[in-house]
Formats: sequence, C-alpha cells, structure tokens
Amino acid sequence: MILSHEIPAASYWSLRLRAGRLLRLTALDGGAVCSTLIFADSDPVDRLNVPDTLKAQMSARIRPPMVLMSDRGTALCSVTGSSLDWHDCLTGHSLDAHVDAPGPSSYATDRNDWRRSARYGFLSELRKHGRGPADLHGCVNFFAKVAIGPDGTFAYEPKHATAGDWVTLRAEQDLLFVCSTAPHPMSQTWMPGAVRAEVEPGELYGPTDPSVTFRPESTRALAAAKAVLA
Amino acid sequence: MTTAVSLPLVESPLQPEAAVLDVTVAAGDGYVGRIPAGGSFRIVDLHGNQAVDTLFYDAENLANRYSAMDTIREQGRAYLTTGSRLLSVDLDLLVTITADTCGRHDTLGGACAQESNVVRYGMHTRHQHACRETFLRYGARVGIGARELGHNINFFMNVPLSPDGSLTFADGLSAPGKYIEVRAARDVLVLISNCPQLNNPCNGWDPTPVRLLGWWSR
Repeated sequence: MILSHEIPAASYWSLRLRAGRLLRLTALDGGAVCSTLIFADSDPVDRLNVPDTLKAQMSARIRPPMVLMSDRGTALCSVTGSSLDWHDCLTGHSLDAHVDAPGPSSYATDRNDWRRSARYGFLSELRKHGRGPADLHGCVNFFAKVAIGPDGTFAYEPKHATAGDWVTLRAEQDLLFVCSTAPHPMSQTWMPGAVRAEVEPGELYGPTDPSVTFRPESTRALAAAKAVLA
Repeated sequence: MTTAVSLPLVESPLQPEAAVLDVTVAAGDGYVGRIPAGGSFRIVDLHGNQAVDTLFYDAENLANRYSAMDTIREQGRAYLTTGSRLLSVDLDLLVTITADTCGRHDTLGGACAQESNVVRYGMHTRHQHACRETFLRYGARVGIGARELGHNINFFMNVPLSPDGSLTFADGLSAPGKYIEVRAARDVLVLISNCPQLNNPCNGWDPTPVRLLGWWSR
C-alpha cells in the first residue's frame, strides 16, 4: 500500500497518481458519492471527456472494464473492477444552490461540519493545482446511480451504494484526480458519506486484459495513452 | 420503417424575411456570433439529418458557459426540445428553446475530434476534418480555447439512452427544413461546427449546409 486516505463525508481532496498504479475507492457509508474530475497530470488542458468515453463504448454509465478517455482521445484510466455495475456520469456535481436547501450553513455556525457543495470543493482543489473554473468538465459520480426512463427521464436512486462498495481504477498515464464527497445534486436529503482512497502498485498487464479486449475503441485509446509523450 | 416516437413539435411565428441575420454555413464549416438578450436565433437543417454541434457562452464571462450536465439534470431529462432551458455552469439561463420542428436533440454525444475519430474508427481517420477543429478555429476569434470547450449540444442528432444504461447513435429524426429556435436570456455567444463527420450516420453519411437566422433589434 502506497497511500491510504479517508475523505470524510462532504469533504474534498485531490490526488496525483502515477501511471500504472491502482486507485481503490471504497464507500464507507451507505449513499456515499465521490464526484470526480480527472486530468492528465502532465498536460495543461487534457482531461476526462465523458461524452467521448460513453459514445466510444456505447454506454450511458461507468462500469468495468470501461476505459475513461480524454478530450484528446487517450486512455486516462481503466475501470478494472467494481462491486457496482453503474456509476453515474450524466448529471454533474452539486452546486451551492443544492446544498443550501436545508438552510444556511457556515464555518462560523457549524465549524467543520458546514455544508459545502462539490463545486466549492472542486474549485478549492483545482486552485491548489493552478487550475480554475475553465477546468470544470463532466465528472463521474462514483457510487451514484441515476436511472434512465424509456423517455430519457432521470430518477436518482438514493440507496444504490452500501458501505463497502468499491471501484478500482488503473492509471494509464500520470493523472490528477479532484474529488468531492458532497451529496449527489439530485439527492433530496443531506446525507453525505465518507470514502476511503487507497493507492497500490499496479500489475503489468497484457493483450488479454479485460479493458484492452473490451472493444476496439478501448484498445485504441489505451494505445494512444502509451504514446502521449513519445 | 417508421419509429413510433411521439415528439412535441412547435413552430415559430418569426418570418425569415424579417431576420437581421441570415447566413448559410457550408458543410464542415463553422460560425461564431453574438445573440443579444431577447434575440431569437434559428438553425435550419436545410437537407435533413445534419448534426449541428453548438456551444453557448455568457458573452460577458466565457467561463460561464453552457453545461450539458447541469442542463439535463435540472430539467430531469436527457434530451432537449421546446421549453428546455439551457443553463450555464453557474446555473444561469443562457437561452431557452422556443421552437423545434424536429422534436428531440442530443447533448451527451459530444463533438467529433481528430483524436477521438482515431479511437472510434481507426488511425486512417486521424487527418479527417472534425468538429473540434472548427470549434478551435472559430473560437480563437473570441478567446475560446481548448480549456473553454465544454460538452456541446448536437442539434438534429439522435442519441437514444436506454434504461439498461446503454447509448447508441441512431438514424436522425430530422428532415429537410426542420429547425430549432432559441431565445437568449442574456447576451450570449454561439459557437457552431456544422459537423463534417463521414464515419457514422449522424449526418446521413453526407454532410450538408445549414442556415442560421436571427431576429433582434440592432
């Protein structure tokens, strides 16, 4: 184990992850959500592109063994495993307007339990890395599910994740993760959960790896990641 | 074969003869322009089944740009049509769709890029023209660079989601002369790529021109 860190409920965090390593996220509470932006660490503009990731793999959700792809068509990371087959990536992250619903909250009144949105957390962490609002892009809401009706309507499923649910991501290039454990923006209640992040050395993988063989598109994105800095 | 989809079709009372903006965007070309608050802006699919990749920006603050995810979450539905309020990353209303004779538009399929074409179709497509090239070329005129390109709208494109969590690119619902019209809630910039994609059915395998019309007081 290279690193283990508990992100408390309704908090935010960032992580630079070296290519080849494995990031495991574990929900420590039922209903936990980990809204996550992913950037190429060595590139000022390349970042997770949710629409490209979805259309290349004909999916409207994130699940193993999908490859998460960047604006410039490279694999950022592979979803090597998960106890859940659905992680939302269509409905964005919470803003202050969502978390203010139960009433005003501030550090002065609530100390470190004050309610902060995923937007607050994302911008706080982005600024630490010299980034800002222009770097906001579609995120993955790990552990969250928003069901899709036949007519395209959305319904948030608050009991999707239970304590112990997990997902593992293999970095295909050096990455920056920006995470928030604020509740999902469609959640009707303020019930944030904590998430543990663990980094382990990855294992070498070959042409029979499930993410490599998943689809020709996944194969090509992984090949592009190997040539990011030729 | 017809698809049994009931779509709300709403026409606009505005007449092309009265428009102050009337330009045709050739296949694979782009456009950037300003729509003043209260102005109406129409995109006409002249030949049918032509994807029009579109982004909106708060003209006073480019960081306050169209957000696909915030827009569809707040309306509770994945597709755009008449009545859809297109929101910015700060949840400000940029434009409202006021007329739509096609019925349903995508905002989750993204824009094609030379690099993502390689992922989807192979290395032989690396040097084919793509929407991201057009976005960057026209965006540069107004200060919009790669970092400012959010997830776009694909007017006239049909990307159905299904309850099992799959997503497909289906044949278009559009036809010659179908149009979409928006009304600006504030001064906005509109950035358009008239999609040059040749490798999937989003343009009916044959990219064609579109017409842009605008109504506002000068």
